[in-house]
Amino acid sequence: MPLPYYVSPEQMMKDKAEYARKGIARGRSIVTLEYADGILLVAENPSTLLHKISEIYDRIAFAGVGKYNEFENLRIAGIRHADVKGYSYSRGDVTAKALANAYSQALGNIFTQDIKPFEIEVLVAEVAESNGSKNEIYHILYDGTIEDEHNYAAMGGQADEIRRFLKDHYREGLPLGEALGLGVRALTVTQNKTLSERDLEVAVLDRTKVQRKFRRIPVEALGQLLGTAR
Amino acid sequence: MMDAGDRWRGFSDSSNPSFVDLLRREAPHLMPGASPAPTDAPREPPHGTTVLSVRYRDGVIMAGDRQATAGFQVASRRIEKIFKADELSGIGIAGAAGPATEMARLFQTELEHYEKVEGENLSLEGKANRLSQMIRMNLPAAMQGLVVVPIFAGYDEKAGVGRLFKYDITGGRYEETNYDAQGSGANYARDSLKKLWKRDMAREEALRAALEAIFDAADEDVGTGGADLVRGIFPTVKLITRSGFAEVPEDEARRVWEAILADRARNSPGA
Repeated sequence: MPLPYYVSPEQMMKDKAEYARKGIARGRSIVTLEYADGILLVAENPSTLLHKISEIYDRIAFAGVGKYNEFENLRIAGIRHADVKGYSYSRGDVTAKALANAYSQALGNIFTQDIKPFEIEVLVAEVAESNGSKNEIYHILYDGTIEDEHNYAAMGGQADEIRRFLKDHYREGLPLGEALGLGVRALTVTQNKTLSERDLEVAVLDRTKVQRKFRRIPVEALGQLLGTAR
Repeated sequence: MMDAGDRWRGFSDSSNPSFVDLLRREAPHLMPGASPAPTDAPREPPHGTTVLSVRYRDGVIMAGDRQATAGFQVASRRIEKIFKADELSGIGIAGAAGPATEMARLFQTELEHYEKVEGENLSLEGKANRLSQMIRMNLPAAMQGLVVVPIFAGYDEKAGVGRLFKYDITGGRYEETNYDAQGSGANYARDSLKKLWKRDMAREEALRAALEAIFDAADEDVGTGGADLVRGIFPTVKLITRSGFAEVPEDEARRVWEAILADRARNSPGA
């Protein structure tokens, strides 16, 4: 029986991480911003049918970059987690923190145990009630690393540049139109092209809504919002 | 989800958007009728009494009294029997209050789960069929006396009309064209609606008809509560139209109820 080749654990992890990062870098980016009435998610996504941003539960939204089939699996698993929890306890007991932890565990396990790591990053956002508590944004990487972000977050191919841009330009309490304008400018910071409404997928967790806070912003409304911000 | 590793590999079932199937797999103890109904089930668990649904010009109206009874006693004066199922449909429960409320909650989650996973809503027909399957699951408990027979009504976006469905304990599903009522006072409510229902009623007219029917049910059936003037409790009325599920404000229900009361006292004190 031939001996298997020896590969040091360090090398194996490095290779996997590099593989995952390359996959993610190929994809388009997503930005998230806290604005006056909640949390705004903006993705560059020309498809109107395959979503990168979606609703998980009352106050919780999900966004994923990288390989579609991989983050779609996580999205559905997240909806299942949230619905089972909300049904067996109560709607108020479903939190982004528990969900982000579960994602982190899952991605961590896949990264260490599988030959091929997931080439994705996901983001879980929870809008605060209007009782003074804080919004929560969790960013989970391909290897299960989890970070909680404040004010803004970016992930995908050009995340570092976008983050730098947002660091310089972000202000708290922006109205929706301005936050959207900022988000769109951030997405194009490394590109020479401009993004039209049709290239964007935009959704908000709107604190002022009753119970289910998630709302997609349709293309027509985007034009208007961007118009007022310009 | 914590033992996840293999949960999202393979995923032969990843395309199943049903919450009920998920619950059966992940938490079977939470399914309706999961624990075998004891042979000596309480003979008189609290029962919800009269709910009804009426089709009108803009959609459907659903109304219910607020009383739950256990035998000859009032179990609750403020129970809510009409629930929002999703943006465009509602469920009115009659029968054993405990299992019925639970079923309404499971049904709501089922619709929401489907909507989130699939990214679009179930058709009204699909919702009605799903509810019928859930009632069938409750059959063993129903045979022990824990009967749940809801009314389901909603706005059919494709057809552009309100539609309503009634059920029997085996899950049999029957679409009604104009109106229906369910619960212990249902016969009286239905008789009342038979006389009052007209094609293309406006909102005010339909609201009046629905409350007149509850009034008659409460008048004749001891289980059905009318308005509780002492505590200021009035029947609940919900409207389901193109623009969604909306509650008729309690003040408005009170005004209509008082108008009915005044008319009846003046014109037909014997009826």
